[in-house]
Amino acid sequence: MYNKKFLEVLKSGLAEWDKKAAKFRDKKSMPRFFTVSGVDIDELYTPDSVEAADTEEYFQEQLNNPGEFPYTRGVHHTMYRSRLWTMRQFAGMGTPKQTHERFKYILAQGGTGLSTAFDLPTLMGYDSDHARSLGEVGKCGVAVDTLADMEIIFDGIDLGQVSTSMTINSPASMLLAMYLAVAEKQGVPFDQVRGTLQNDILKEYIAQKEFIYPPRPSIRLITDMMKYCTDKVPQYNTISISGYHIREAGATAAQELAFTLADGFCYVESAIDAGMDVDAFAPRLSFFFNAHSDFFEEIAKYRAARRIWARHMRFKYNAQDERSWKLRFHTQTAGCTLTAQQPENNIVRVAIQALSGVLGGTQSLHTNSMDETLALPSAKAVLIALRTQQVIAYETGVANTIDPLGGSWFVEAQTDRLEAEAEAYFTEIERRGGVLQCIEDGYFQRELARSAYNFQLEIEKDERKIVGVNDFVLEEEKVEIPVLKIDRQVELDQVAFLKKVKAERDNGKVQATLAKLAEAAKGDGNTFEAMYECSKVYASVGEMCDVLREVWGVWEESQGAMRVS
Amino acid sequence: MAEKIRVLLAKPGLDGHDRGIKVIAAAFRDAGMEVIYTGLRQTPPMIVDAAIQEDVDAIGVSILSGAHMTLFPAILKEMKEKGAGDIILFGGGIVPDEEIKELEALGVAKVFTPGAPTEESIRFLREAVGKKKSDEKIM
Repeated sequence: MYNKKFLEVLKSGLAEWDKKAAKFRDKKSMPRFFTVSGVDIDELYTPDSVEAADTEEYFQEQLNNPGEFPYTRGVHHTMYRSRLWTMRQFAGMGTPKQTHERFKYILAQGGTGLSTAFDLPTLMGYDSDHARSLGEVGKCGVAVDTLADMEIIFDGIDLGQVSTSMTINSPASMLLAMYLAVAEKQGVPFDQVRGTLQNDILKEYIAQKEFIYPPRPSIRLITDMMKYCTDKVPQYNTISISGYHIREAGATAAQELAFTLADGFCYVESAIDAGMDVDAFAPRLSFFFNAHSDFFEEIAKYRAARRIWARHMRFKYNAQDERSWKLRFHTQTAGCTLTAQQPENNIVRVAIQALSGVLGGTQSLHTNSMDETLALPSAKAVLIALRTQQVIAYETGVANTIDPLGGSWFVEAQTDRLEAEAEAYFTEIERRGGVLQCIEDGYFQRELARSAYNFQLEIEKDERKIVGVNDFVLEEEKVEIPVLKIDRQVELDQVAFLKKVKAERDNGKVQATLAKLAEAAKGDGNTFEAMYECSKVYASVGEMCDVLREVWGVWEESQGAMRVS
Repeated sequence: MAEKIRVLLAKPGLDGHDRGIKVIAAAFRDAGMEVIYTGLRQTPPMIVDAAIQEDVDAIGVSILSGAHMTLFPAILKEMKEKGAGDIILFGGGIVPDEEIKELEALGVAKVFTPGAPTEESIRFLREAVGKKKSDEKIM
């Protein structure tokens, strides 16, 4: 507690310091002292920078102890001393067989979770033989058309042991249905299946733009799937509410925080409206944030996220179960900060970003590979990225104590600042008619385009230096790291395999289950159950998506969303 | 006063990452160009038809998915077939150096890679359009 005497000493000391410091202020090492998000930062933070920091209320309401509401210092009582974060490396490329081999490699090297990247045709619900898939098969991830592909990817990997994350959104339910079908074939009971489905369609409209159907039926797909999993797959995280892509698309830290949590509240409200009890589903919601380069701002962002979620879930949505209040999250280092120039420097960027995720209390972490601005990562680059996490975990000592930066006047002040900025955005979103309305009008999309352009202008005005890009540039640069290429043969092989699967399956059953899916989508049957039946008889992702396209139509961005400012 | 440069920007293929193209759209606009952004998942025929209809000097596309060796040639082919071979085609994306050379040999005027300043693309476009217009006058 600060007593009066202490405050007097503090203030007179600061006045003295200010006088001395004034002599040096003409000289500046940088044109501006501001965060990656464009927020100016004070020269010094002191006990006086944090409002009411000397009161009991401050400690209890703003901080409290780890594992205790509002979880500012972490969601678990012992954090990394009991269990380190999951080192979950995102992977997937080419054919199912190539991805299977990469997964086996990651597990053999000490990775503790799997994370599946799908190619663009799969993400957009087109089969590999569709005209729109030409040139895209296996490029950004693995191609999955039917259950047969999932059987290859997870061959010999015990789905009762490993936890698997799948980065897919519009067709998310179909891929989970296929994953469950593999589990069933392996004899793994559904209540032992663990993992996370990204399944966050709202951020697709806002940022990543891999959407198929309009927002409102898309939300229904999610609530159907949540209903099914709450009953039958209780250990599975049904949505990973993602700020990652929002940040990559240009958001500031405050926008990432605010838009992501606003999306989260929208899912909560949708599930409550669909008749579910908040405590039945909320404990399985998880989050996914970006680890950008502004070290302290990022740490403050994670801490603020936990506090905001806890408060809203408890006081606004009246959740009673503590698990519903806890914001658990995955972190990935920021792909948009990686440079094609001097790519080895990216190893350093990733290490610092990853450290912010750890100091911010992440539950799992993906570290990017240094070569990702050039191509999909090579095996060597992936290994360095994983080793980076292991160095942080085992050599730096940062996992020894919980929330080591808690109580830092700077970090606490930034945490409070980000919470206030997010709350201001929630008010604005509400004023504009809520999340879905803001998506349809393009409000979020314009906010991101504006921030992205401002950031670019700051670089071009030399207010920001990016090492190797606008300063410290090498005259003659030659890329000296191996670059992975996806052969055109991948597409041909995948198309041939799909043809074979379609010829060998029972097409009568496929048609019958697809008809049932259409019926469920038109009425109020559970679409997830219908998709599970389709998947088991080897109906393809494209076939299932076509059925839903027929019923719900497809989504096109509004003019408002395409405007650049 | 010189006529304003008209440029059509589009995202071909299935990739939805539109941060880059929107930054370019804003930079071109601020540089005094007429920018028509047609949005996501435009097929080569859609792009070329829009370019002809809008009577643009140049088409700029952004491809971050790795499908550039399929999409650029498809757009070029469409341009030739529709008699729009004089429109300047340029783009940006994650494209390895040797493939940039191949694309340039096929007729893509320029491919920008990550980290390229917007000034560079503005300068390129002004020069390329200027050259095209003076060539047309000579003819």
